[in-house]
Amino acid sequence: MKKRVMSALTAMLAVVSVAALSVSALAAEISFVSGATGNAIENLKRFVKPWEEKTGHTVNIVQMPSSTTDQFGQYRLWLAAGNSDIDVYQTDVIWAPQLADQFIDLSDAAAGVINDHFPSIIESQTVDGRLVALPIFTDAPALYYRKDLLDKYGESVPTTWSEMTAIAQRVQDAERAAGNPDMWGFVWQGNAYEGLTCDALEWVKSHGGGQIVEADGTISINNPNAVRALEVAASWVGRISPQGVLSYQEEESRGVWQTGNAVFMRNWPYAYGLGNSDDSQVKGLFDVTTLPVGEGGSQSAATLGGWNVAVSKYSENTEAAIEFALFMASAETQKQRALNDSNLPTIISLYDDADIAAQQPIIPRWRDVFLNAVPRPSAPTKVKYNEVSSLFWSAVHDTLSGTTSAQESLEILEADLQDLKGSGW
Amino acid sequence: MLPSSSQPLTLQAQRIRAAMWFLVPMIAALAITAAWPLARTIYFGFTDTSLTDLYGGQWVGFDNYLNWRTLSSGRVIFRGTLVDPGWWNAVWNTVRFAVISVSFEAVLGMIVALVLNAEFKGRGLVRAAILIPWAIPTIVSARMWGWMLNDQFGMINDLGLKLGLLSEKIAWTASPDTAMLAILVVDIWKTTPFMALLCLAGLQMIPREIYESCKVDGIHPVRVFFSVTLPLVRPALMVAIIFRTLDALRIFDLVYVLTPNSSATKTMSVIARENLIEFDKFAYGSAQSTLLFLLIALFVIFYIWLGRVNLSGEGR
Repeated sequence: MKKRVMSALTAMLAVVSVAALSVSALAAEISFVSGATGNAIENLKRFVKPWEEKTGHTVNIVQMPSSTTDQFGQYRLWLAAGNSDIDVYQTDVIWAPQLADQFIDLSDAAAGVINDHFPSIIESQTVDGRLVALPIFTDAPALYYRKDLLDKYGESVPTTWSEMTAIAQRVQDAERAAGNPDMWGFVWQGNAYEGLTCDALEWVKSHGGGQIVEADGTISINNPNAVRALEVAASWVGRISPQGVLSYQEEESRGVWQTGNAVFMRNWPYAYGLGNSDDSQVKGLFDVTTLPVGEGGSQSAATLGGWNVAVSKYSENTEAAIEFALFMASAETQKQRALNDSNLPTIISLYDDADIAAQQPIIPRWRDVFLNAVPRPSAPTKVKYNEVSSLFWSAVHDTLSGTTSAQESLEILEADLQDLKGSGW
Repeated sequence: MLPSSSQPLTLQAQRIRAAMWFLVPMIAALAITAAWPLARTIYFGFTDTSLTDLYGGQWVGFDNYLNWRTLSSGRVIFRGTLVDPGWWNAVWNTVRFAVISVSFEAVLGMIVALVLNAEFKGRGLVRAAILIPWAIPTIVSARMWGWMLNDQFGMINDLGLKLGLLSEKIAWTASPDTAMLAILVVDIWKTTPFMALLCLAGLQMIPREIYESCKVDGIHPVRVFFSVTLPLVRPALMVAIIFRTLDALRIFDLVYVLTPNSSATKTMSVIARENLIEFDKFAYGSAQSTLLFLLIALFVIFYIWLGRVNLSGEGR
């Protein structure tokens, strides 16, 4: 109860703090809540301007922390309380099965545009035949590497994790010897949160260790390939990755990377645009490639991310809110996002767009990566996904910090997941 | 002494009746804001309610606390909060945190209070300045410390390296060995001023004449502290310690900001919130909240009992 009051207060404060623009009698005021990484919010304010001018509605952007776990907790409370202050939510790709009951079915409203999007993404947002959210951008991580440093030491772009480890170690040692004590080989997201589930799923999958819980609900995580994957990752900590990587989320790793102190980084495409901004110390010095493959694995694995917009069923401006959601998912907005935030569009035709190809060359190249992207097991595990993910990232974090061995933590994880699963997900 | 309804009210009874009317709004407010949510939480702990459907929970008795079933092999397995290692880890973390932080805060707070109690120039300014950590909202100080403790650009690592105290940058909040230490340091930094303030209030109650007569008798200052100051300041110190212990037992914000998911620092409040909101285990989290409430209630009862004993003058 106390939390509910608190969250209502927070919401009110946030809404009040966003300056309301002109409100005419008929125009609705849509509150849109979104997490923020990099300068997404500033760009968002620009994107919605034309929509506001065209429709006469106003949009209140309510800003949330960038951690998806924090956002989920808050949204869940608001929705459980039937909060009508927020009309449109920006939702993570994994939330659809968990929050489906609280959102409006958009399949009729979006009937005309559904086929423009990648079918797999539309499918991920469809729960029991209801389209609960519209995709606004998709995400699949990349391996960022410093072109200049690889050239300087005559190294090639790595394709396997062991190559990457060796190159990172050599370049890091050479750079440190050359008077750059803060240089690290590889930064990623090792904090115990949803991001670690993404990172670790990539290691496991690219080593041929499955995807934690398979699409049919089988728990597959306890296998020798997965153990090897975690052992490889644990070997990085303190050697090519700072010990502190165990507390890094996306922005902390980008911090180390963008100040020029890392040879490699695993991050989402948003870091591409920011890395090439004027105040970046690595501007023009880096490029991206697909994440490496592990021993025993057949191909690189990239965790499927991405964000969607969903209309709350408690909204008092449903019509305007749906209109806004459609606008956010439209080709026009997705193109703006692609150009400004290097966000990957979910509309297939935009991958052939000349402007995007010229300004964000990463995007057309990303089409295939993301077509092979690995989904997190949110669909098979349904409402228990968060707990599955938390058990997984805790097990991985324990291994990375050296508390338990990879073998042991995966064995315990398997038992815990079986308990959680019970007779079925 | 209560008058029967036929008799006119005595002055005493009238006063009691008036006082009751004045108390009604307060009691109503407390019932709405404290008793009702508490009762709901306790009730939820006995159901299988989920956050998606708050009113659809079924009564399940003590299943969230402890339940067991017999497997086909004949083995009996136990489930529930009371056999959940995660919960007991959180209890241990919380108790460890409370004991260590309150002990340090009491000792440091006492030292600071003794210093502030002395006459020196600019005392008012120092007294005000020392309260700053207490005045900063925890969420802000936790963020601030989070940056200071950062492994790459944090000033604590930088200072440590420059002064030769550290041989390499330490990831204070990430490593399970130092995470609790980081939380303790920040909490002690933040709450020592509060302790100092309460101790100072106690110190100022002690009549100056006692110290003067000690001085005349030539008693060593250390002995004065242990035989005169400490016994006289003890009631105030006990109140401060119990308040702080209650506060420390429900620590949430500091842990949530600095080390949100580290099992080395997860406290009871943190784990209850996780189950309530993040996982689909609203009822389970409610049961954990109820246990936390019971634990704190025990402390309060202990505190009240302690107060009674002292008031009756029988001593301990």
